[in-house]
Amino acid sequence: MTASPMTTVPKIALKGVYKHFGPKKVLNGIDLEVAKGESLVVIGGSGTGKSVMLKSILGLLTPDSGSIKVDGEETTRLRSREREKLLHKFGMLFQGAALFDSLPVWENVAFGLIQGEHMPRAQAKEIAIAKLGAVGLTPDVAELSPAELSGGMQKRVGLARAIADEPEIIFFDEPTTGLDPIMADVINELIVQCVKDLGATAVTITHDMASARKIADRVAMIYQGRIIWTGHARDIDNSGNAYVDQFVHGRADGPIKMQIKAL
Amino acid sequence: MGFLAATGRAFLIFLEATGRLALFTGSALSHCVRPPLYPRQILRQMIDIGYYSLPVVGLTALFTGMVLALQSYSGFSRFQAEGAIATVVVLSITRELGPVLAGLMVAGRIGAAMAAEIGTMRVTEQIDALSTLSTNPHKYLVAPRLIAGLTMVPLLVIVADIIGVFGGFLVGVYRLDFNAASYINRTWEFLEPLDVISGLVKAAIFGFLIALMGCYHGYHSKGGAQGVGAATTNAVVSASIMILVWNYLITGLFFSTK
Repeated sequence: MTASPMTTVPKIALKGVYKHFGPKKVLNGIDLEVAKGESLVVIGGSGTGKSVMLKSILGLLTPDSGSIKVDGEETTRLRSREREKLLHKFGMLFQGAALFDSLPVWENVAFGLIQGEHMPRAQAKEIAIAKLGAVGLTPDVAELSPAELSGGMQKRVGLARAIADEPEIIFFDEPTTGLDPIMADVINELIVQCVKDLGATAVTITHDMASARKIADRVAMIYQGRIIWTGHARDIDNSGNAYVDQFVHGRADGPIKMQIKAL
Repeated sequence: MGFLAATGRAFLIFLEATGRLALFTGSALSHCVRPPLYPRQILRQMIDIGYYSLPVVGLTALFTGMVLALQSYSGFSRFQAEGAIATVVVLSITRELGPVLAGLMVAGRIGAAMAAEIGTMRVTEQIDALSTLSTNPHKYLVAPRLIAGLTMVPLLVIVADIIGVFGGFLVGVYRLDFNAASYINRTWEFLEPLDVISGLVKAAIFGFLIALMGCYHGYHSKGGAQGVGAATTNAVVSASIMILVWNYLITGLFFSTK
């Protein structure tokens, strides 16, 4: 490895992370590093621990053991105040967008600014409308309620909310699931654009290979709670790993066995 | 051995649930007094609990007061004690029926709504989204509801007391032909401040319990629509039972003469 001294501290580093729910071991010793400014896509089937991994990094779940470092600092044992401070660095686009349905669109986008950073509402609204513009939505959408929007539009608003307070790290949880191929491509384009504009570090979990190819600098494959392969996005077609091959080409027969029970 | 294991397991589950509820309550209470508070959220909840529950609580109180007067008349006339009706109505309403019936109605209306709203937020990841936006869900969702429940249900009960007594008055004067002035006199004659105060203390505790149960069950709901449904049922049932149990305990505290 010929890493320069500037990049020796990874933005996010997981080491030996374990998490179980009842008898079910979901994370089975995850080791993963994400460098500053890179876009990592984690691929893997349903129920392999992708979401649990993201939620553990965010502190929504506490891992049983192992270390999770953000900017070189251990985060698994943070108290709630410190956790809130740390989460200012993060933005997240949820799978179902997870918009607050009691608030209009603009207040959703401005939520982190108003509640987290105590910005005056008028100023936050201006920023929210600008961010809606960045994801291709016109200002008249701002006053609508999230329930009035289509799935693709909700994803856009979710993206605008994730980037609103200019986070250093953005997580995307299955950003294209449930969208038609055209809208999926639009969202992929927006993700690439937004991450580049912010210079942010991005971690995406997905099982959509088209999305992975578009977004990723680097790809990691998760299987049975472990990272079994990482490599450059251009190498995924000749990874030399039977599991990755099966997944990338979407074949029913191969080493990967179907997961029956949900997590 | 199987029997012992089953008993032990049930006991452990009970302890775990109790502990979780205690931790939840402690954390929520501490967020009620530590800034930042969310005045908009508190106001929204206060309007929801206080203002929009008025019709249902008012109707309940009105008919309860009316039926009390009617029932005690037909009962008390058997031993020529019709004169006590006004006193019976006002004491029953302020001490017992006002807070308990208002509490049960609010539990059905508000406790269910809270559990359903917070439960849906849980299963659609909105609660996780709050956390990632550096907002503590206990502070943003739970604390405003507890504060609103604690303060608004006593106000509702004051209204219920007045309307309930008025219901009794209506039946007494227009149906049972009491003299209006003497009915009002009778109402005031034996009423003591403690009768009303004990009812309001009950109301505050009931309001807190309703909001707590709604938030707790909603917050811990899982598994989609069915889970939210179960959370709603649990919130209403547990709040109602707690209201009845605490009603007895508080009454004992205020009026026990051994």
